[in-house]
Amino acid sequence: MSAWFSHHRAALASAFRRLWATPLNTVLSLLVIGIALTLPGAGYVLLDNLRDLGRNASGVQQISLFMNVEASKKEVGEIESRLKAASAGKWQFVPKEEALKRMQKSEGMAEIVASLPRNPLPDAFIIEPNNTEPEALEIMRKEISGWPKVAHVQLDSAWVKRFDAFLKLGKLALWMLAGIFGAGLVAVTFNTIRLQVMAQAAEIEVARMIGATDGFIRRPFYYYGALQGGLGGLLAAGLVAGAVRLLGGPVSELASLYGGQFVLTGPRPFDALVLAAVGAALGWLGAQLSVSLSLRKFD
Amino acid sequence: MIVASNLTKRYPGGYEAVRDVSFEISAGQMALITGHSGAGKTTLVKLIASIERPTSGSLVVNGQNLAALRRSAIPYVRRHFGMVFQDQKLLFDRSALDNVMLPLEIAGLPRREAVRRAQAALDKVGLLAREKAQPIALSGGEQQRLAIARAVVNRPTVLLADEPTGNLDAESAGEILAIFSAFHQVGVTVVVATHDQSWIERHQPNNVLRLDHGSLR
Repeated sequence: MSAWFSHHRAALASAFRRLWATPLNTVLSLLVIGIALTLPGAGYVLLDNLRDLGRNASGVQQISLFMNVEASKKEVGEIESRLKAASAGKWQFVPKEEALKRMQKSEGMAEIVASLPRNPLPDAFIIEPNNTEPEALEIMRKEISGWPKVAHVQLDSAWVKRFDAFLKLGKLALWMLAGIFGAGLVAVTFNTIRLQVMAQAAEIEVARMIGATDGFIRRPFYYYGALQGGLGGLLAAGLVAGAVRLLGGPVSELASLYGGQFVLTGPRPFDALVLAAVGAALGWLGAQLSVSLSLRKFD
Repeated sequence: MIVASNLTKRYPGGYEAVRDVSFEISAGQMALITGHSGAGKTTLVKLIASIERPTSGSLVVNGQNLAALRRSAIPYVRRHFGMVFQDQKLLFDRSALDNVMLPLEIAGLPRREAVRRAQAALDKVGLLAREKAQPIALSGGEQQRLAIARAVVNRPTVLLADEPTGNLDAESAGEILAIFSAFHQVGVTVVVATHDQSWIERHQPNNVLRLDHGSLR
């Protein structure tokens, strides 16, 4: 047990020494890995922010029902009783006079409204359905469209659905990007470890002949690959955090110009840890592949 | 301790370096393997140290048949031996002390204990004062003594050497011989492959294996 512990500590120390012994190589490898992980990392942060944006904006799902402009009071009552019968959820009736008044209150609209010969707005219902599943909403929209004197039914959540689809697409693209750059990271580690094995050939040969196990020889390379990948992941998290910091101000400014409030949030410490762990795991994998191939010639 | 029966090593291509060899070396013996160059001395040493595997026959060391060993068991068998190689195989990227520490690192000894034992081994071969020196700064005789220190640091039951005085002048060779004698006297089994006849004259070894074109004479 103490031999096991001492072996692992020695392997980790040796990996650190090897990283430290060739600073230029180490910095270049870290940059390559860091930049490779920055792109998927930045994509993740971007999607995360967009998802937050969507969640805040979607609010309550509503269905707007617009009556025909010529619809009579009786016909409106008919719709109201149908809504009651369908027990679809809460609803609010907005008579056309009320709608016109609301419009008058809007900035710059009063004059336009005043110049109109008659009220062009229809009576409307705003429905807040109990069941907000996208499929249920769609069925409801279709049913209501068929009712008499209903001019138009609008699902206010349609854009949310589009946004969700967009996010799904973004997520898929992100996974593909992460896969490609992950493979790149494995390849970079593979190559650095191959060079390491070549540089350590004398030590490996002697160690084997005087009784070193495969594990003893391989372990420092695994740690090396994992350390390199992990540090590359941290570097990537740092780069993303830096970019978010630089972009944060302008983005908030842009949002305020559109009358909104939006703060770009950067990678959290947990995200940085995940990035480092992914980097370390891929580095370990690259090292394992490389060592298995490179050590064959010592058999 | 070491029992070979009908031991044969054939290399790819059909060359038989060791052919149908049988011998026994008992614990505590000083055994010499002699013969002209190319007689198979180095191959026999490598077979005993389980660096090479026999093609046929059996080779039993400490009751273990090396011919039937699993691959994963080989490193542990090699640790029974202190190997002194013909070309020493010192590591030139580290100090004398660190060279001697390597077998102890492999065995997983705590560093403090390893340093203590490595220094003791350097002391035995008269190199303690040079523990921080790089091997490249040592003379040929000193390099050979460093190789011996690395071979004995893990207290092996068998000290195996391949031409340990091959490239040395008479004086350095004499020092090396004296060191091997000292280990033999404290009970270590010593097996030396050499073409140097002075080993036989000066040591009166218990056991001399004379190889000729791969066979024992």
